[in-house]
Amino acid sequence: MSTHSLIVTSATGVDVELAIAGPGSRAYAFIIDWHIRLLLAVIWFGAASLFMSKVSHFGAKSPAVLIMIATLPATALYFLYHPIVELLMRGQTPGKRMAGVRIVDRQGGAPSTVAVLIRNAFRLIDCLPVLYGVGLITTIFDTHRARFGDLAAGTLLVHDGDSEAHALAQLGSLSLNPALDPGTAALGNDLLLRWKELEPDARRRLARELLTRIGGAVGQVSAPPYTDSVDDPQLQQQLRNALSGRAP
Amino acid sequence: MNPKSRPPSWLAQRAAVWSRLRDSLPTWRRGRLSRQDALKALDAYRVLARDVASARKALPGNPITIALETMYASLHAIVNREPRHTLASLRHLYAVEIPATVQELKPKIVGVWLLFALSTAAGWWLIHTWPTLVDLVASRDMIEHVQRGELWTDGILNVTPSSVLSIRIFTNNIVVTIFACVAGIFYGLGTFYVIANNGLMLGAVFAYTRDYGLDGDLLKFIFAHGTVELSLVCLGGAAGVALGESLIRPKLASRRESLEHSAAKIAHLFAALIPLLVVCGLIEGFVSPDSAIGWPVRLVIGLANLALMLAVLSGRFFKSGAAA
Repeated sequence: MSTHSLIVTSATGVDVELAIAGPGSRAYAFIIDWHIRLLLAVIWFGAASLFMSKVSHFGAKSPAVLIMIATLPATALYFLYHPIVELLMRGQTPGKRMAGVRIVDRQGGAPSTVAVLIRNAFRLIDCLPVLYGVGLITTIFDTHRARFGDLAAGTLLVHDGDSEAHALAQLGSLSLNPALDPGTAALGNDLLLRWKELEPDARRRLARELLTRIGGAVGQVSAPPYTDSVDDPQLQQQLRNALSGRAP
Repeated sequence: MNPKSRPPSWLAQRAAVWSRLRDSLPTWRRGRLSRQDALKALDAYRVLARDVASARKALPGNPITIALETMYASLHAIVNREPRHTLASLRHLYAVEIPATVQELKPKIVGVWLLFALSTAAGWWLIHTWPTLVDLVASRDMIEHVQRGELWTDGILNVTPSSVLSIRIFTNNIVVTIFACVAGIFYGLGTFYVIANNGLMLGAVFAYTRDYGLDGDLLKFIFAHGTVELSLVCLGGAAGVALGESLIRPKLASRRESLEHSAAKIAHLFAALIPLLVVCGLIEGFVSPDSAIGWPVRLVIGLANLALMLAVLSGRFFKSGAAA
């Protein structure tokens, strides 16, 4: 068990382990969100100002209305972005989603409304003196990498996103040849999932080795026939066939 | 089927179930579940727990096991999430929970008020004795206005419309009140600083305006909104003291748990404080700077605002509403 993980004992008796995100992931998510909210606020302000200046009826006679319509929603967008989006997305924001993290409570579930609001109220402390200095220091020294807002709200930021999508995609594409041993089957599925990420030479070599092993295991392939003449897509298809138990 | 004895067949058999479950996850995660979907999710959670346990034994560290664990964690979050707040729970919050928290905070509220009063008196004495120190607590613009024989709020409505002024004021007050509370995380010291600083400034400004015969005007300006506004800041401060106390004298197993418990309890208070601060902001924007409004009207508005605050914080406002 890693020190930076949350182990939750569930009602079923099977533990849930969640990897806690560090200051890097936090900062990454925050920067993305900061850009989004700033952009939204600027777009609103620009569009509203433009609109109001065109509509002379309002624009010329009532500057207060212009200030209200242009400034107020823009300010609200900027300052209320986090609490509102975190509530609507149950502990996530677009930035957190892109950074592959999400907020959970200490039971591993989505945070409650109160927890989200407490967490955001403490931003007033965590952002002191500048650039989230206090928050950053507490995330570095706290065993659960929590800032003051998380400590008070009983929340944690855990890894999610990419790893989850990847793992779930693996389950979705799991096509198993019952004759294979599970280790080889999992390895083959993993190779197919990462096919495009790997160097062509490396993936071809791995695929050949696996096909040889699969051939030996199920008796479908007598000798390594996978020469350099077999091209990349063919090799990929052969591996897929071998894993699912279909004829080559 | 025992996965240890025939792992490949077991995996092949379960793969279709996992695949279906994987497809259901995004829908379950998104919004409110129907009764049927909730039961399905619970059932899937139990089944998946069994599969995770089996996979951990048969295929430890295997990508399939990791994938199952990930899906199990997602399902765990779905099954354990809190229900959305309903109207009934909101009424319970205002009629029961907030009054109970206020009652619990009573000694701290008295203490914070005392600190505020003492620091106001200290600020008054300080500037009354050494008027030149006013630079420490007031801006140059404020000082120049007073030296010209007028309050800095005079004619403010010619510059900023009431609506904009109100929004600016209540936003600032909400931030100050929240800050007075959350600063309590520094063992209460942050809260003491915020309250004492506000008291000191108020006393100092009153002492300075008195030298120019403007203290009556300042009181007239402040009365309609200030009584409640300052009470609410002190209430936020009392909540901050409670936070600090939860760290100094934890009532639960650990300081972390104690802080968490205390924060959750006092957070409810802000459901009452924020609307009341908005009302104060509206009064401060529309009534207080308007020189045409005399003392009697200000007195009535100030007392009505005070009555509203007491009714909301004691829960009477919502109990009578519920009864009607």
